[in-house]
Amino acid sequence: MTHDQLAIIWFVLIAVLWCGYFVLEGFDFGVGILLPFIGKNEAERRTIVSTLGPVWDGNEVWLLTAGGATFAAFSLWYATLFSGFYLALLLILVALIVRGVAFEFRSKRGTAAAPNWRRNWDWAIFFGSFVPALLWGVAFANIVAGVPLEMQNGNSEFTGNLFTLLNPYGLLGGLVTLGLFTTHGAIFLALKTEGDIRTRANKLAGQIGLVTAVLAVAFGLWTQLAHSNNTVASVVVLVLVVLAWVGALAANRLGREGWAFIASAATMVFVVVFLFTCLYPNVMPSSTNADATLTVQNAANSQYTLTIMTWVAVILTPVVLVYQSWTYWVFRRRLSPSQIPDPEHGSLDLPHEVSA
Amino acid sequence: MNALDLARWQFGITTVYHFLFVPLTIGTSMLTAVMQTAWYRTGDEKWLKATKFFGKLFLINFALGVVTGIVQEFQFGMAWSDYSRFVGDIFGAPLAVEALASFFLESTFLGLWIFGWDRLPRGLHLATIWAAAFGTMLSAYFILAANSFMQHPTGYVINPVTKRAELVDFGKVLTQNTTVATFAHVISSAFLVSGVMIVGVSLWLIMKGKSADAMRKTLKLGAVVAIVAGLLVMYTGDVQAKIMVQQQPMKMAAAEAVYKTAENVPFSLVTVGSLDGSEAYWALDIPGLTSFLATGNWTGPESTVQGINDLQAEYEKKFGPGNYAPYVPLAFWAFRAMIGLGALGVLFAIIALFVTRKGKVPGSTLVRLMAIFGFLFPLIGISAGWIFTEMGRQPWIVYGLMKTENGVSPTMSTFTIGLSLVVFTLLYGALAVIEVGLLIRAVKIGPPETVELMDADDANNGQTLTFSY
Repeated sequence: MTHDQLAIIWFVLIAVLWCGYFVLEGFDFGVGILLPFIGKNEAERRTIVSTLGPVWDGNEVWLLTAGGATFAAFSLWYATLFSGFYLALLLILVALIVRGVAFEFRSKRGTAAAPNWRRNWDWAIFFGSFVPALLWGVAFANIVAGVPLEMQNGNSEFTGNLFTLLNPYGLLGGLVTLGLFTTHGAIFLALKTEGDIRTRANKLAGQIGLVTAVLAVAFGLWTQLAHSNNTVASVVVLVLVVLAWVGALAANRLGREGWAFIASAATMVFVVVFLFTCLYPNVMPSSTNADATLTVQNAANSQYTLTIMTWVAVILTPVVLVYQSWTYWVFRRRLSPSQIPDPEHGSLDLPHEVSA
Repeated sequence: MNALDLARWQFGITTVYHFLFVPLTIGTSMLTAVMQTAWYRTGDEKWLKATKFFGKLFLINFALGVVTGIVQEFQFGMAWSDYSRFVGDIFGAPLAVEALASFFLESTFLGLWIFGWDRLPRGLHLATIWAAAFGTMLSAYFILAANSFMQHPTGYVINPVTKRAELVDFGKVLTQNTTVATFAHVISSAFLVSGVMIVGVSLWLIMKGKSADAMRKTLKLGAVVAIVAGLLVMYTGDVQAKIMVQQQPMKMAAAEAVYKTAENVPFSLVTVGSLDGSEAYWALDIPGLTSFLATGNWTGPESTVQGINDLQAEYEKKFGPGNYAPYVPLAFWAFRAMIGLGALGVLFAIIALFVTRKGKVPGSTLVRLMAIFGFLFPLIGISAGWIFTEMGRQPWIVYGLMKTENGVSPTMSTFTIGLSLVVFTLLYGALAVIEVGLLIRAVKIGPPETVELMDADDANNGQTLTFSY
């Protein structure tokens, strides 16, 4: 295969990794954001967190793989993007760190011995989910729209700062991913639980989903009209986004949770495909100097590396998909607070703390 | 301090911190798998209790290992963008493979293990912890292959047009002797520290009289693993040192503070010298040992160890003017700390076996202190080993190809990197306090008195969640 073809394959593969990430960690973020609002008592909150228990860590690996794959296939893109968006990524990293330990630590103390422990970790889960759900949208919107890049010592370098990214278009993109992920999470919760949680999640999914639809259409049209390099293809994908989202909300309203989840997952996929379709053949356009634009071809690594990595991806990705799907099958059962008779169970309180 | 210094501090702090959790994860995941296998094979409930107990300690530790690992994947691009551009064609590949081949494996199967006790048939459930443990080891292999490239670049060419390093032989990167020796050394040291941790925890609980029967079993397991691993650490370290002399003679010269090329070079256990390390006032020496460690010969022309001054002159000729020696006192002391603290770990394991022989219950305060703090010695020894490895390579970020000062992100302001350094340091510090607190609680509570397990096909299964977050 030629170098040009391999570079395109890797552009597609990185899009695939982001699709996986938006589908999987998308609902993780949504559930985390909804946790303090849908969970009315400790047993409910523990049920909600437990829907993510076996899967959140594996879901987050899609991000690490997307990062690693960008490094391996498009080092120049990785270098310019990650150093340029430094503070935004710092915020995301802090959020993901706090959120990850919060899952593991939240039930390690009981409410009797440490009254604020679980509440504090639940808010950590909330903010740790809210911040990345918003900032991934901000980041992608800015990538698609282009950011100030200039040639410095032969390299394309970002010349803006954190506030350059917080422009109206970028913020709208952030609100769209925030809304999409929250709704996607609510639909997942309705699918994975029974009783009150299920009812509340179903209702919230409909409400937030509607608001998101308005924002998403505005963002989609703006992107389509102002920032698409492939107007025909992207408008087709945009229609698919809208259809999938309408399907998700309709199925949610009818209480067909499985279909609603499939449709909202499809929406996440189409959103990523839409953004990458608008972007191609660039990977990081410059808004100030066309010479500094990074493209699929000028940012791609060597033919040898891309060939090796293609083999690795072709062999390993299906294997990963098989065992990750199997996890969802093993833990397919719905959860409810009645399965958690003792919410204090498993906490590491010492005997004298509990009796006092 | 400028952005470069701050970026180096940040990389050092976040990486050393991350690597406190990594060796414990690698060793403890596999030893927990061994305990569960023992239960699966014998049906002895003591092993089940041990599995549950050390599994809990392992998971508390694993959580911080995972989240601090995300930072590692990102900060090459964030703070070291010119480095990422220069070596990305080579360095990115093992990182991507690591994520795809091992991160998915460990995270997915660990999720199945934690929550699958009553969802999976017992044999399959046992397989999940082995898969996760195997994943942690695989992950170590790929990241060490990447690091070994920084120590000894191989399998690449420099593209004359772009001036970037390009991969031409991935097999070489994965299988060069630096990678293999480093992997063996790191893995055996991970088992050493995990073994000593298990010994310490078991010993403390034996002294407290909690689940003493089960803890005697785990103490023996941990001690045998620590002693065997300790011997392997010594052997692999020796192999690695000889490779290092070939590939990075300056690092070995710095480790021994050898300034003048000489035969029959002694190993100084302790040296009192000038602050910059260029002059020694007094030293306690073992004759010829440095020569032996570096070359395999105690005396004669074959025992020649190249000195810093000669290497400096040689490098100036090759690379132009500049200082090509690392900060010698740090290399010298980190090298000794690594060896000494690792050896103490083995000693602790032997003492623990001795004081608990024939069902004895030790009562001395000294033994109790050893039980509590003992594993910190080999753990800090591993950190010292990494500080030696990385600081000993300076001024290079990729040995002989790129200097550290040329790898830092050119657009990153002092404010940006300063802010993130402060944020990471404070956050990591706070999390360390919380984590240590939880680990102490878990140990104080000790193994469960009884463990009730439901079969995967039990009719009542699903009424309650045996494990929930």
